[in-house]
Amino acid sequence: MMIHSTESVTEETQPRPRPRWGRIIAWLALLGFLIIIALGLLRSQEGPVNIGAQVPNFTLTTFEQEQINILDLKGKIVLINFWASWCKPCEQEAADLEAAWQFYKNRGDVVFLGIDYVDTEPEARAYLKKFAITYPNGPDLGTRISQAFRIRGVPETYLIDREGTLQFVQIGPFRSLAQIKSVIDPLLGE
Amino acid sequence: MSRHSARLLKIPGRFLLLFLLLALVLVSHAAAQTPSPSQPTDDQVNAIAKRLYCPVCENIPLDVCGTQACAQWRDLIRQRLAEGWSDRQIINYFVDQYGDRVLATPPARGLNWLVYIIPPLLILAGAFILWRALRFWKEPLSQPEPNPPDDYTKRVEEELRKR
Repeated sequence: MMIHSTESVTEETQPRPRPRWGRIIAWLALLGFLIIIALGLLRSQEGPVNIGAQVPNFTLTTFEQEQINILDLKGKIVLINFWASWCKPCEQEAADLEAAWQFYKNRGDVVFLGIDYVDTEPEARAYLKKFAITYPNGPDLGTRISQAFRIRGVPETYLIDREGTLQFVQIGPFRSLAQIKSVIDPLLGE
Repeated sequence: MSRHSARLLKIPGRFLLLFLLLALVLVSHAAAQTPSPSQPTDDQVNAIAKRLYCPVCENIPLDVCGTQACAQWRDLIRQRLAEGWSDRQIINYFVDQYGDRVLATPPARGLNWLVYIIPPLLILAGAFILWRALRFWKEPLSQPEPNPPDDYTKRVEEELRKR
């Protein structure tokens, strides 16, 4: 009898195992949340597209409603310039870029593309008119192209070789026409 | 009509001319201060601008951002309002042009749902933890009853009592 009563007391005081699903779900949710934050931070810490990497695919719709896909330009040397009408340093290189375009355009194997970053169309058109820019230019709709290139600001210029590989990045404005030529010319001989 | 009466008529004429000029100046001044129906006010522009963020100046609402890019955006809002666009049409235009990131309130789709779900969940979890803690502080967990002494313990206690 004594033994029986001791056993029953022991059973009553023993903590019953509780379902731990709540805790597991909470920890998983926290883990998922931390992973999302970490991925976001990693992405924000990434610099521009690396030299030697393939450039991201994009289609530019120009102010003249022409569609230009970067994949269609394989076999050509492509200079991509990010600019904006509100960007004062962009004005420093605008005339030199147009002069470089005039120098190379008749060859047929060099293409210049201007991508207008976070700008308003009337001011952008006025800027193109002011600097008499004739190479294709278009707005970065939805900032998709600038996000794909992970640009940090404007002006930034990317030079792509005939295989679609990034060969040169210029952060900030070019200082002269000679500097622009000095980065394009080595790619022409390849 | 005598020369005297003609002079009398001339004086009110001068006053009338002066009065008309003064009235013209006042009316034009008032018109300059009152916006015409087709010219949106700053408040109307800012009501839309504060719902937008320019990607160039992160974390600064468009209505208070001082950069040239933001000034151009506000001018564009003013222009669109003058053309008769609604608030929704203008905001949709900016989203089409610059992406969802310009919105002060992210649209509830994709990963953006987390913004709407996580804070209430955290508040609920916090409230639950607080409720549990308060309950514990109020009624501490009951200690388990000590096991009844066995024979050996009984004998030891008996011996101790005898001493």
